[in-house]
Amino acid sequence: MDSVVQLQRQLVDYAGQLFNEGFLDEQFNQLQQLQDESNPDFVVELVTLFFEDSEKLLNELAKDLEQQSIDYRKIDAHVHQLKGSSSSIGVQRVQKVCIAFRNYCEERNIEGCQKCLQQVKNEYSLVKTKLETLFKLEQQVLAAGGSIPWPM
Amino acid sequence: MLHTQPPTFQERIKSLSQPDNDHREGSKVDDGVGGGNRRDVSHVDITQEIGFLGFYCGQWVLVQFGAFIVLCGATHLINLWTFGMHSRTVAVVMTTAKVLTAAVSCATALMLVHIIPDLLSVKTRELFLKNKAAELDREMGLIRTQEETGRHVRMLTHEIRSTLDRHTILKTTLVELGRTLALEECALWMPTRTGLELQLSYTLRQQNPVGYTVPIQLPVINQVFSNSARQWHVHELELVEVVADQVAVALSHAAILEESMRARDLLMEQNVALDHARREAETAVRARNDFLAVMNHEMRTPMHAVIALSSLLQETELTPEQRLMVETILRSSNLLATLINDVLDLSRLEDGSLQLDLGSFDLHAVFREVLNLIKPIASVKKLPVTLNLAPDLPEYAIGDEKRLMQTILNVIGNAVKFSKEGSISITAFVAKSESLRDSRAPDFFPVPSDNHFYLRVQVKDAGQGINPPDIPKLFTKFAHTQTLATKNSRGSGLGLAICKRFVNLMEGHIWIESEGLGKGCMAIFIVKLGIPENTSESKNPFLPKANHGQTTFPGLKVLVLDDNGVSRMVTKELLVHLGCDVTTASSRDECLHVVSQDHKELEMFHIDLAQSKHFYLSK
Repeated sequence: MDSVVQLQRQLVDYAGQLFNEGFLDEQFNQLQQLQDESNPDFVVELVTLFFEDSEKLLNELAKDLEQQSIDYRKIDAHVHQLKGSSSSIGVQRVQKVCIAFRNYCEERNIEGCQKCLQQVKNEYSLVKTKLETLFKLEQQVLAAGGSIPWPM
Repeated sequence: MLHTQPPTFQERIKSLSQPDNDHREGSKVDDGVGGGNRRDVSHVDITQEIGFLGFYCGQWVLVQFGAFIVLCGATHLINLWTFGMHSRTVAVVMTTAKVLTAAVSCATALMLVHIIPDLLSVKTRELFLKNKAAELDREMGLIRTQEETGRHVRMLTHEIRSTLDRHTILKTTLVELGRTLALEECALWMPTRTGLELQLSYTLRQQNPVGYTVPIQLPVINQVFSNSARQWHVHELELVEVVADQVAVALSHAAILEESMRARDLLMEQNVALDHARREAETAVRARNDFLAVMNHEMRTPMHAVIALSSLLQETELTPEQRLMVETILRSSNLLATLINDVLDLSRLEDGSLQLDLGSFDLHAVFREVLNLIKPIASVKKLPVTLNLAPDLPEYAIGDEKRLMQTILNVIGNAVKFSKEGSISITAFVAKSESLRDSRAPDFFPVPSDNHFYLRVQVKDAGQGINPPDIPKLFTKFAHTQTLATKNSRGSGLGLAICKRFVNLMEGHIWIESEGLGKGCMAIFIVKLGIPENTSESKNPFLPKANHGQTTFPGLKVLVLDDNGVSRMVTKELLVHLGCDVTTASSRDECLHVVSQDHKELEMFHIDLAQSKHFYLSK
């Protein structure tokens, strides 16, 4: 009984941290609301899909930015996609970088774009790690017999 | 049998022709009766003798005797002829006759010699038989009397046992005994209670016997049967004894019957009385309930009116004296209202007609509200109040919110009331098994289960305290300890009693600990509350509950078109939660393909697509 409480507390603290540091925003909370008994792994599935999509997009972006003649519209489309996904998930920082990326795209600022790409990649890998840790903690709590106390 | 005809000769001969038996009997009798027999022989009738002789020896002796007589007669007759001169023939005849006579008489004499002992013995035998017959007659008489007596006894017993009435028994006994034994007077003496004396209780002829008593050891009593005027036969005494036994048995039966009849009558009376009492009690309870039901409303209405109007009056312009008076009125009427409520509640609690209103409620909110209610009063008295709710205390619980609050309020109210200084601390937590059992409550057996928990609330104050011996009295109605009554008589006296009943209804336990006067006290109660099933009962402002049954858009068919997989998934889930029937498409073509299937009417919602911001569907 006490270990569950402890794990729960750990989870709550960690999640709080993520929110405080701006990694996650209210959208993530609301995603949790959509998860229930009929759809218990919704968030995990969604986030996994996000990871897949994002990785694909980032690779595409990297390739596109190495071209001789950069197709800014294509890049803009990719970034737009990424922005949409990240805002759907609620990974705030990634979304913010995407907004900046799009601005640079419109300005056809290649250095800005490359800088943004790098930033996006960083933020993405950061948030990916954090989310993976969060999910691992959730798994531990569930395994110990407790329940996930959303919203946090 | 023996008293009928005298035995015929044939019978006698028959009996005599069994020599062995007779001989034996004869020899027995001879010893005692021999002398008498010899005497009797001399008085025997000669004709009978001859008769015996004749029939015993048969015809031979008779013939001989006949011959003798004839010859003797003939001789004497012939002798007549010899009186004168007689011829030789006559002399010869005479001589022949004489010789014959002599011969016959010799022969007879010889015969007789043989016969006479037998005859004598026959005679003795006959006499012996006569005696025997007489004896048997006597015995017959005895047996007859005995039989008669037996019959009398049986009849008496029958009479006695046929009734279970004491008097009848005794009367019958006396009457029948008198008849059987041909008594002039019959008296019944019974031992007294002490067993040392005999008391005359019933007599046959005299109607009302005076209470003569006679000591039981008096020797006269034993002599009665020896020296009385009447010669008592053994069988008569036996009869009396038997009768006495029977009477005793019958009397004891009669006594038992009387006893059981009396007991039965008593029980019936008691039953009737109990039934009556029960009906009276029921009527009283019904009357009281009716009274309470009426008074419930009737008493509360004016009370509330008084309170409401006094409060209103307080708001108006008043002189200081008036204000004081109004405040007193308000305080007193509040107290009265509380008392009335308490009394009505308590009486409903008493007959067990009160039932808890179970419902799901916010436990934390209850405590917060109680705190809000008590804070003003506490701050006036400058008593800091702290509330500690354990982190594992469930937010929601199932129970009777109103009465739980009433209990908590009462307990905390008492703490505030009886403290002049110090702080008041309220702790609430989920009681685990160790803290559940209390040595003070030996018959409180909390049973933890999966959907219940035990809430333990402790209210500690640093007030007046209570004398430990007075603690049990606190929970009884209207009981005031001396100190309470004199110092602070604002207590209604019912509060804790009601709390105890509520707590008991909630399958819990309440008690108070105090170290003594001036040392403060701690009130503790434990109640059983239910855990609500759906733990996510918290109100969600964003979404309605994930309940596919109740929806805002029941069954609305929605097609979500989005090329971003993540967004598509989120939107789909959102709409599913709203109860829509959602299909997804990731491109225009797919969308058209799905739409062409079966949609008639279409509402279009704009979804941000990178390729075309404005999407046009024809049809």
